Amino acid sequence: MVLALSTNAQEIIDAFAEVPRNSRLELLLEYANALPDLPDCYADHPELLERVEECQSPVFLFVEISNGNAQIFLTAPLEAPTTRAFARLLQLALNNQPIAEVIKFSDDFIGELQLTELVSPLRIRGMHGMLARIKRQVAEKTK
Amino acid sequence: MAYPTDPNIKFQTYSHPEALVSTDWLVANLDKPGLAIIECDEDILLFETGHIPGAVKLDWHTELNDPVTRDFLNGQALADLLSAKGISRSDTLVIYGDKSNWWATYAFWILKLFGHEDVRILDGGRAKWIEEGKLTTTEATLRPATSYPVVVRDDLELRAFREDIYQHFGKPLIDVRSPEEYTGERTHMPNYPDEGALRGGHIPSAASVPWSKSVNEDQTFRIIEELKQIYIVQAGLGEASDVIAYCRIGERSSHTWFVLKYLLGIERVRNYDGSWTEWGSAVQVPIAKGTEPGAVPVWF
Repeated sequence: MVLALSTNAQEIIDAFAEVPRNSRLELLLEYANALPDLPDCYADHPELLERVEECQSPVFLFVEISNGNAQIFLTAPLEAPTTRAFARLLQLALNNQPIAEVIKFSDDFIGELQLTELVSPLRIRGMHGMLARIKRQVAEKTK
Repeated sequence: MAYPTDPNIKFQTYSHPEALVSTDWLVANLDKPGLAIIECDEDILLFETGHIPGAVKLDWHTELNDPVTRDFLNGQALADLLSAKGISRSDTLVIYGDKSNWWATYAFWILKLFGHEDVRILDGGRAKWIEEGKLTTTEATLRPATSYPVVVRDDLELRAFREDIYQHFGKPLIDVRSPEEYTGERTHMPNYPDEGALRGGHIPSAASVPWSKSVNEDQTFRIIEELKQIYIVQAGLGEASDVIAYCRIGERSSHTWFVLKYLLGIERVRNYDGSWTEWGSAVQVPIAKGTEPGAVPVWF
C-alpha cells in the first residue's frame, strides 16, 4: 500500500517491524498501558462520545478539529488491553494530523503492523471500526 | 485421582466435583508440585497485564488451532506445545480465563480430546479472582520443559462434525447463541460481525439456551437445581443421554458442553465446533428460522 502515512504512523510501523515476532505483544502492551484517560470534559459527558459498535468491549470515541488538525479521544476498559492498544496506536498515528491526512489514512494500518497472525479477526475488525468512525466524524465535522 | 480435589459444598452437588476448583482452593494450592495453572483468554494481552502467580498462558488463536486447516492442533503439535510450557501428562491442570471462562472451557475441551486426565476449571474465572483482589503478577512464569507424550486426538466421543448432526437428528441439540442469532435476525453474535455465516437461523429441532443462562452474575456456575431447571426441564433434555451443543465457532458451546457433561453428568455430550459458521454457510443443509425449534428434517 502506497498511501501516505504520517511520520508518527511510520514510526509505529517501524517500531513493530524492528522487534522480533515474539516481542510484538510486549510492544503492544506498552501502547495499551499508555492510553490516557479521557479529559474531564468528555469523561463527564459520555453522551458526547460515539460507541464503537464493532468492538465487543465498550469502546467510545470523539474527534475534535482544531486549526484544521484532528484530536482523537478514545476510551476502552482495562480488561480489554488489546483494544486499548489499538486505540492508543490510532491516537498516536492520527493526533494533530491535518484532516486530509486522516481521511486518506491507510485502512490496512493493522496489516502493516504485522499483527494479523497474532490477533484474531474480530479484534482487527474492531480496530477497523474505530478507524472508520474516526474518519466519518472528521468528515462530518469539516463539512 | 491422586491430586486432592476442592471440597467446596456447591461442587459436591455436581456430577463431577473434581472438574472445578474455587478461587480460595487455588490460593491454598499455588506452587504445589504436580499442579499447572493455565490462563486462556480471548484478549491476547490480558495475561501480560497481570495473571495468577505461576500461571502459564495458552493462546487459543495461535496455539490451539492448526495454522492451515480449519481444525485443532495434532498430537505432535500438542506435545511440543505443552512440553515447552513445562506441563506433564500427569499434571493436574487448572484453567481459567476472561469472558466467563469461554476460552478456558474451550481449552479444557481440547485437552480432553487428547485425553488429559485431570483438568479443572476455576469457577468464576479471571474476573472473580481479580474482583476478590487476589494476588496477580506480571512476572513471567518459567516452568522447566517437560516431555509431554504424543497422543492421538480422539474426536469420536466429545466432538461432532456436520455429518454427525445428520445422524443425530431426533436427539437433542442445544443452540447456545444469542436469541437474535437463533431466530435468524443476525448471522453473527452481537458485536462479532466478522465471524458470520451466509444464512441466519438455527439447526432444525435445536433448543435455544443461551450459554449465559448457566452462570451467575459473578460468572460462577449456577447451582445444580437451577441448571437442572434450565436444561433438563425448560430445554426439555429430560433423560437424554446423547446431546450435541453448538454456537458460532465452538467456544461458547464448549462452555455449555462443560455444564452438560461435567456438572449435569449427561453421558454423551459432543461439541459441534463447526457450528453456525459452517452450518449457516453450507449448501443444502436444512435451516429453521424464528423462535420455534422446528421439526426434525424428514430427509435425514
